[in-house]
Amino acid sequence: MMKGLKKWRLFGLLAALTVFLSACGEDYLSTLRPSGPVGQEQLNILILAVVVMTFVVIVVSTIYLVAFAKFRRAKVGENFMPKQVEGSHTLEVIWTVIPIILLLILAVPTLTATYKFADVAAMDEVNENGDPTALTVNVTAKLYWWEFEYPAQGIITAQELVVPTGEKVYFNLKAADVKHSFWIPAVGGKMDTNVENVNKFYLQFDKESEGLKDGVFYGKCAELCGPSHALMDFKVKTLSPEAFDAWVAAMQDTEGATADVNSTDAGEAAFANSCLSCHAVSAVAGAGVGPNLTAFGDRNRVAGFKDHTVEDTVDWIMYPEENKPGNLMTGKYNVTEEEAQAIAEYLMTLKVED
Amino acid sequence: MSSVAQKKGFGAQVWDFLTTVDHKKIAILYLASGTLFFAIAGFEAILMRIQLMVPNNDFMSAGLFNELLTMHGTTMLFLAATPIIFGFMNAIVPLQIGARDVAFPFLNSLGFWMFFFGAVFLHLSFFLGGAPDAGWTSYASLSLYSPGHGIDFYVLGLQISGAGTLISGLNFIVTIITMRAPGMTYMRMPLFTWTTLVSSSLILFAFPPLTVGLFLMLVDRMFGANFFDHTMGGNTIVWEHLFWIFGHPEVYILVLPAFGLFSEIIPVFARKRLFGYSSMVFATILIGFLGFMVWAHHMFTTGMGATANAIFAVATMAIAVPTGMKVFNWILTIWGGSIKVTVPMLYALAFIPSFVAGGVTGVMQATAPLDYQLHDSYFIVAHFHYVIVGGIVTALFGSAHFYWPIIFNRALSEKLGVLTFWVFFIGFHLTFFLQHFLGLMGMPRRVFTYMADQGWDAFNMISTIGAIMMGVGVVLLVINVLLSIKSPPVNRRDYWGDGRSLEWALETPLPFYNFKQTPLVRGFDPYWIEKEEGNEEGMVYAEPLGDIHMPNNSIIPLGMTIGTFIAAFGALYSPWGDQAIAGTADSLSKAGSLTLLIGGLGITVACMIIRSVKDDLGYHVTKAEVEQTERALAEFRAKGGKR
Repeated sequence: MMKGLKKWRLFGLLAALTVFLSACGEDYLSTLRPSGPVGQEQLNILILAVVVMTFVVIVVSTIYLVAFAKFRRAKVGENFMPKQVEGSHTLEVIWTVIPIILLLILAVPTLTATYKFADVAAMDEVNENGDPTALTVNVTAKLYWWEFEYPAQGIITAQELVVPTGEKVYFNLKAADVKHSFWIPAVGGKMDTNVENVNKFYLQFDKESEGLKDGVFYGKCAELCGPSHALMDFKVKTLSPEAFDAWVAAMQDTEGATADVNSTDAGEAAFANSCLSCHAVSAVAGAGVGPNLTAFGDRNRVAGFKDHTVEDTVDWIMYPEENKPGNLMTGKYNVTEEEAQAIAEYLMTLKVED
Repeated sequence: MSSVAQKKGFGAQVWDFLTTVDHKKIAILYLASGTLFFAIAGFEAILMRIQLMVPNNDFMSAGLFNELLTMHGTTMLFLAATPIIFGFMNAIVPLQIGARDVAFPFLNSLGFWMFFFGAVFLHLSFFLGGAPDAGWTSYASLSLYSPGHGIDFYVLGLQISGAGTLISGLNFIVTIITMRAPGMTYMRMPLFTWTTLVSSSLILFAFPPLTVGLFLMLVDRMFGANFFDHTMGGNTIVWEHLFWIFGHPEVYILVLPAFGLFSEIIPVFARKRLFGYSSMVFATILIGFLGFMVWAHHMFTTGMGATANAIFAVATMAIAVPTGMKVFNWILTIWGGSIKVTVPMLYALAFIPSFVAGGVTGVMQATAPLDYQLHDSYFIVAHFHYVIVGGIVTALFGSAHFYWPIIFNRALSEKLGVLTFWVFFIGFHLTFFLQHFLGLMGMPRRVFTYMADQGWDAFNMISTIGAIMMGVGVVLLVINVLLSIKSPPVNRRDYWGDGRSLEWALETPLPFYNFKQTPLVRGFDPYWIEKEEGNEEGMVYAEPLGDIHMPNNSIIPLGMTIGTFIAAFGALYSPWGDQAIAGTADSLSKAGSLTLLIGGLGITVACMIIRSVKDDLGYHVTKAEVEQTERALAEFRAKGGKR
C-alpha cells in the first residue's frame, strides 16, 4: 500500500513536472518541447536530473530550515552555550554515500546517451549500388550565415536547412572562418563547427514544420563569433520523405540556371551585374562566396533574421552593415535604390517549391 | 614608530602605500582596487542588461556589447574577485597563523602592483581604440580574427596581472607552510587558512598553462607566429584546452577561499565549533585535486569524442560529493548551536541555498548529453552566476562586514547592511533564476539582442530589473563603507563576542608588527580555548617580549611593474603583428616598438639587479620601542581612538 502510494506520488511529481516544463517556450525553439528522439532523450535526462536534484534540494533545505528555526539565539536564550561537537563519522559516511548513489543513477543514462549520440557509423553505410543509405548534410558556418550542402544529391543551399522527417540526418560540421556552433534547440543540441576539423553528429526530425508558427524550426549559432553572433540564425524546414524527394529533384533541376546581364527583367540584369559573382542561383553550382540564393523566394527570412519581404530585402541590400555588423558583403558591390528594389523583386521569384 | 600615533601628511601617506610591504596595508590596497574593478564590471553588466531589457533594443551597438561582455567576465574574475579574496587573505591569514607578516613581504608588494598595473593596462583599452571583444575565454579563431588592439590588451594585461597572482599565490603557500606560530599544526589551522593554502597551490599549477596560452597568443597576434592559425598548421582547440586547464581550477581558486570565509563566519555566529573539521579539510583538498581533472567539461560540444566526454562527465559529477560534504557540515554546525543573525551570518545563511542551487545545475551540466542542449545557452549563464554571485560574492560581502573591525578598526552599519543584503539578494535571484529557463527555451548566451516573440521577452525584462536591484545593493554597500569612516572606532578585541581563531584575540587597531610576542597555539580555535580558561589576554606566548625583526618598505616592486607596463606598450604596438601588417591596427615603427619593449624590460631588470645586489635585511624594533608602541596604542584606545 505504502509502496503503491509512493509510486503514485513519484508519478504525480513527474506528471506535474512534465506539464510545467512543456508549458515553457515555443515548440519551434524550446528544448523543453522537443520534436525528435535526440531532443526527447536529452529532455528525459533533464527531467531525471531535475527529479534527483529536487530531492537533494528538498533534503538540504529541510535540514537547514529546521536547524535555523530551532537554534536561533532568540529561541535558545542569550546565554546558552552549545555543546562543542567535533563531528560524526556516521553522518559523514551517510552524506558521502547517498550522493554517490544519486550520481550513479545519473551517470548510467549519461554514459549510454553520450555514446549513442556519438554513433555516426551509419554515415558510411552504402546500399548495393554504392549509394549512402543515410542522408548526410555538410554544414559550413561562415560569418554570419550557414551553408548546407547535400553531397549525395549534389545540391547546395543556404540559411534554410531542408530535411525529411522520420529518419536520422547526419551532419558534417565545419567553420570557414571562425568557430561557430550549430544548434537547433527544439530538435536536439548542439555541436561546434571548428575551423580545423569536421565534427559529425546526427539529429532526427519527427515533426513536419508546416504546422509551426512560421512553418520552420529555429536554428541558432551558439558560439560567440563576432558582432553579429546574435543575428546568425538559420531556419529548418522539415518535410515528409516524399516532399523532401520532390524538393531535392526541384533543386537538382536548377542545374545551369543563371542570371542574364541582358535580361529584360531589370532585377535579373542588375543581379547578374552586381551579385552573381558571389551568389549562385543554381543549387548545383557548388559552394559560393556568399549564400546560394536558388531557393530565396521559398525562404522564411532575409539574411537569417529579417522579414521575408521585398522591403526588408531592399533594406538589407542597401544597408548590410547597419543590419548585420561585421558581415563580409558590405562594400563588395554598388547598386542604386531602384536597382535594389528590382533585385529584391527578382529574388522573390527564385523558388523551387510551389 | 607607531602608525597610528602620528598623523602623516597626504603625500607621506601616498608614499607609504606605494612602498608598503605590510600585509595589512597591502590588503587595503587589494580591497580598494578590487572594489573599484568590481564596480566597473558591475556597471558593464547593468549596461548589458539594459540592452537586453527589450527585444531589438538599440541602446548600444553589437560591437560595444561584445566588448562589455568580455570586459565584464574578465574583470570580475581576474580583477575583482581575485584581488578582493587576496585582500582578505592578506588581512587575515597572517593573523590566523600568528605571524608578523607574510614570508616574502617584498613579493607581496610586487604581486599587488603587477595585478594593479595589468588591470589598468587592460582598462586603458577603452580609451585606446576599443576593448577586447572575444569573450573572457577569448577562443583563438575569433580572437585572431578580431581587428584592432582589443585582444592585445587582453593578452598583455592578463599576462602582467597573472604574474602578480602567481607571485602572491606562491607567497601564501610559503607563508602558511613556514610562518605558523608554535603549536599551529596543520590540523589546527583555521579553515580559511587551509582554503588559502589549497587555493594558492591551485594558482601555482593553474596559472602557468594560462601564461603559456597567453604567450602563444601574444606571439601569434603581435609577432606573426602561427600557433593557433589553422591555415598555417596551428590549432585553435589547443587554446581551448590551455584556457580551461587554467579556467576550471580558477573557479575553485575563487570559491575555496569563499568556502573558507563561510567556515569562519558560521561557527562564530552559531557559537559552535565547525562540524567535521577534518572532513572539511579533506573535502577542500579533494575539490582542489579533482578541480584539475574536469576542465574538458567546458568543451563537451567541441567534438572530443564520446569517450573523452564520458570520462570528463563522470569526473565532474564526482566533485559534487566533497562539495556536498561541506554543505552538510555547515548545516550541522548550526544544528544545536545558538544562531545570531548578523549581517555576515545573513550572507552565510543565504549562501547555502543559493550555492546548492548553483551546484545542482552544475551536476546537470556535467551530464554530457544534456549539456549538448545547455552549453552556451542562458542556462550556463544562470548556473555560473549562481556559483559566483551566490557562492563568492556573498562570501566577500559577508566577510567585509565580518572582518571590517579588524581591518579598519571600524564597524559597518548592521541596519544598512541588512537592507543591502535584501536588496542585493532578491535582485540576484530575480536576475538569474529565470535565465535557467531562457536557456532551456533556446536563448544562446552572448547575444547582443534578440527578436521579439520567441517567448523570451518577459523573462529578460524581469532579469534586467533584478540586475538594477543588484546595482542598488552595491551602491548601498559603498555608502555603508563611506559612512563607516566617520563612525566611532571599535578599539577592542573579539568584536563579535564569539570569535574563535587567533585574529580575534588581537586588540584593534593592530600594531604594525601584529603580535608583540609570538603566540603559543594550544589547540584548534586557540582564542576560544583561552577564553574558556578565562585568559584575559586572549593568548599565551611562545617567547618573552624582545626585539622584533621587520622588513623595510621598498619602491622597487612598483619600479619593476612600471617596467613591464612600458614594455607591454612596445609589444602592443608591434609592427610585426598580422593585424598591424593588414592595417587593421595601428602600430609604431620597428625602432619605436623595440625601444619601448627593451627599455621597459630594462627598467624591470635594473630593478631586479638593484634588489639582488643591495642587501636589505630589514630592521629591528627594539624591546623598548615595542613597549612604547603598546603604551601609545593603549592610550589611543583609552581616548576612544581620537587623534
